[in-house]
Amino acid sequence: MEPISAPPIDLISLAPVLVLAVFGMMVLITDLFIGKDKSVLVFISLTGLLMTTISSLAKYNLPVYSFNGAYVVDHLSVFFTFIFCISSALAILISVDYNKREGINVGEYYSLILFCTLGMVLLASSTDMIMIFLGIEIISISLYILAGIQRKNTKSNEAALKYFLLGAFATGFLLYGMTLIYGSTGTTKLAIIAKVIGENKILSEPLMLMGVVLLIIGFGFKVAAVPFHMWAPDVYQGAPTPVTAFMAVGPKAASLAAFYRIMSETMPELSYSWETLLCVVSVLSMFIGNLGAIMQSNIKRLLAFSSVSHVGYLLIAIIAKNSLSSSSLMFYMLAYAFMVFGTFGIVILLGRKGEENLELENYSGLAYKHPVIALTMTIFLLSLGGLPPLAGFVAKFFIFSAALKEGYVILVIIAVLNSAISFYYYLRVIVFMYMKEPIKEFHISLTPMTLLVIAISAFGTVQLGIFPDPIIALAQAN
Amino acid sequence: MYLTFLTFLPLLGAILLTLIPRDEVGAIKQTALAFAVTDFVLSVFLWTNFDLTTHEMQFEYSVPWITSWGINYHVGLDGISLLLYVMTTFLTMISIIASWGVTKYIREYMIAFLALSTGMLGVFISLDMFLFYFFWEFQLVPMYIIIGVWGGPRRVYAAVKFFLYTAVGSLLMLVAIIWIYKAIEEQTGVATTDLIFITENLELPLAPQKWLFLAFFLAFAIKVPMFPFHTWLPDAHVQAPTAGSVILAGVLLKMGTYGFLRFNLPLFPHASYEFMPMIAWLSIIGIVYGALVSLVQEDLKKLVAYSSVSHLGFVMIGIFALNHYGIQGALIQNINHGISTGALFLLVGMIYDRRHTREIKEFGGLAKVMPKYTVCFMIIALSSIGLPGMNGFVGEFLILLGVFQNSGMWAACATSGVIFAACYILWMFQRVMFQKLDNPKNENLPDMNTRELITIIPLIVLVFWIGLYPKPFMKTFDATVEHLLVKVNPDNFRPVKPGSSHSKHAKLIKIEDIARLNHQ
Repeated sequence: MEPISAPPIDLISLAPVLVLAVFGMMVLITDLFIGKDKSVLVFISLTGLLMTTISSLAKYNLPVYSFNGAYVVDHLSVFFTFIFCISSALAILISVDYNKREGINVGEYYSLILFCTLGMVLLASSTDMIMIFLGIEIISISLYILAGIQRKNTKSNEAALKYFLLGAFATGFLLYGMTLIYGSTGTTKLAIIAKVIGENKILSEPLMLMGVVLLIIGFGFKVAAVPFHMWAPDVYQGAPTPVTAFMAVGPKAASLAAFYRIMSETMPELSYSWETLLCVVSVLSMFIGNLGAIMQSNIKRLLAFSSVSHVGYLLIAIIAKNSLSSSSLMFYMLAYAFMVFGTFGIVILLGRKGEENLELENYSGLAYKHPVIALTMTIFLLSLGGLPPLAGFVAKFFIFSAALKEGYVILVIIAVLNSAISFYYYLRVIVFMYMKEPIKEFHISLTPMTLLVIAISAFGTVQLGIFPDPIIALAQAN
Repeated sequence: MYLTFLTFLPLLGAILLTLIPRDEVGAIKQTALAFAVTDFVLSVFLWTNFDLTTHEMQFEYSVPWITSWGINYHVGLDGISLLLYVMTTFLTMISIIASWGVTKYIREYMIAFLALSTGMLGVFISLDMFLFYFFWEFQLVPMYIIIGVWGGPRRVYAAVKFFLYTAVGSLLMLVAIIWIYKAIEEQTGVATTDLIFITENLELPLAPQKWLFLAFFLAFAIKVPMFPFHTWLPDAHVQAPTAGSVILAGVLLKMGTYGFLRFNLPLFPHASYEFMPMIAWLSIIGIVYGALVSLVQEDLKKLVAYSSVSHLGFVMIGIFALNHYGIQGALIQNINHGISTGALFLLVGMIYDRRHTREIKEFGGLAKVMPKYTVCFMIIALSSIGLPGMNGFVGEFLILLGVFQNSGMWAACATSGVIFAACYILWMFQRVMFQKLDNPKNENLPDMNTRELITIIPLIVLVFWIGLYPKPFMKTFDATVEHLLVKVNPDNFRPVKPGSSHSKHAKLIKIEDIARLNHQ
């Protein structure tokens, strides 16, 4: 009997995942021995994320493949690991004061964020469909729990249940799509699938195409692209605000990274089959997201719809499938992370116990009571809309130039018109802040951790807008 | 570097203002004024040091900004932008003096104005498309805030409309900019958004030229505003505070005409020729329509706002006469409109401060109670009509001369605008200043005070200066216009006729075309 040889594994390249797993469990164990005060857990989690970031930079000779080409550490995954660590760290910081205020006193909260981050790193680094599936599941299950972590709050419960049901459904689609692709190519490894497609050795073309469509549906659910976005507004509204911010950035970035690997890197030759479909999804996401946001009077729902429209822009990068698209995806997600955490940070600041102040009216006259907060909010909103000199503009410029390079002029024109529509509702918030009289007193407790997150985000948004060069160079380095 | 310093000086002032406590109203106003005056005085040195003999960019400064994309911070002035630059600093100063009476959130007001000033100045000096877009959008926010916070009763509507109109236009321009960025990379192998490099090296066939022209056209035509994209203007003007209107009319609209001269003509000369009749007719419609609508306005400010549509129609038709007289006239008319209409808005603002109404029928016989005001108003009104000896005449005369060389028909139609202008301005003047003083509320109106005189008198001086001796102004853009006309000369892109004297140049272009086709 021949011995089964162990597949080659590069442990150093796996360090980020291992560190995250260790720290996640450490948080769980430490939680057993401490009392009500959870600040130690915050400290451990942040240390873990910092170590992850450092360890992700350990490898110089990229890409490194492990597990027979099922897991890769390349430029894309390192950059995304960086984004995940930043966004998770911001999410933890933003939660500290919020959790105290809302009485979320569970240690699992922090370990779930770490495990979710672990899932994201796995997802962004996997080059095998089974690994992709595992990554998505780790992320999703952590998020189901996080969304419902306020057990006494019915809204939170509703959000969790809705997210779980629809998410499970989407997973089904995804898995089915993967099965069909496996059936028609005989492998789950993306590299080999690409080879099979390149040599035109697909066993059954209809099965393959069906699989691709199902994959798009599955990923569409995960990133909340129209027409699979229906869960997003309810879940965003119901989940605790820091969790909302968290799931608007990291998991979405990870899913898009995997989506990019499958579509743009593995199946560019099949683009005739998925390109049109993805264009439709992208255009619909932009339109429905933006038009939907106009109708909203609740800031969290507004931001949920706006995030749907941002997915529309991001899909353009995947459609472009050229050398610029991966780097533009990275830059956009980093910029988006800062903008989203900044905005949600201010949303959290405005609330207090039992009174979240999520209606747009609650922002009336903010500029006259708290000019600095209103100004930072304005910066984040205009950046989301894509106004220079802010990060959102450079990010959009990046994606649009990737698309125009391939000649997608109409798609880009639709995207910029959507940016104009989006200005309408971002301006509406600004109108409330600057041009209306206050309707009631503001009770803003300037909690230090939340302020720190806002300050970091504001710095990031402006810095990436005015001096984006280092980050662009980093993103384009491959 | 000097130019950069001047451009960011107001922003520096704005940042400094945030440090002054909110209640120190006097200090806030004085600091803002000090920065505006310094900026103006220093910018006059640009004019005196300006080399009139060359069309090259002057006071140039270029440093790499986003090296990965070949984007530079590249600024400079030439004949087209010099006067607009100086006028911007000048009108900013005037506006700040004119805003002395503002009481609501004065610190934020001044910050917005100074930030706006930096944005506008940046637009005029940018020689990099990315940088240009950067400033172009940047100035939107302070203006939006100025209209939306310190404006009239329907200010929110007007502010949002202003923002969205401009945003739609400029976003399509952004697509065009990125397209050019990609095209120049394909053609020359250099990825850059540097305007000078692109102007010299970009070679486009007619079809893409037309599309790109239209994308830029939309952005600038909305800003100018040309008929039928003018509908945001009356709202914005009427709702904006006085100083906001002055800047809006004096500088922001000029950014549109400036854009045509800086981008559309040199980058897409062939398309400019193709679209010349369309733009000429749109301008003529604008001229006549603006004048006719002004005629029936009940509100003084609305009247002035619509007259802007008419005046800017003149500027546009002058630019698209595509000859020396036309473009020179358009450039000087740019300045004239800034002076005359700016002054009209100031004057209307003064009467509004006193009576809190701008309805024409509320007034009558003001000449008796406010003689100084009436004289100033009359001078400005006549300059707006274009009376010989005043600035308006020089501009309109040159423009019509230029247009006449192209088409007598266009010139005839456009001239009717001058007549209508006389009608609406003089009729309004008669109803407000003369007739019987029958409204008791008007009997005790105070005449202009010193501060108000300070804002108006420099403008009146300029009215006569340009009207009687325009040479120092005209000289600044002579060389640049000359060069621009070489660039848009139809010989550069006319199809080759056998034996034509230009066949050599045409052949050159053809060879490049073939090379490009092969490349593709």
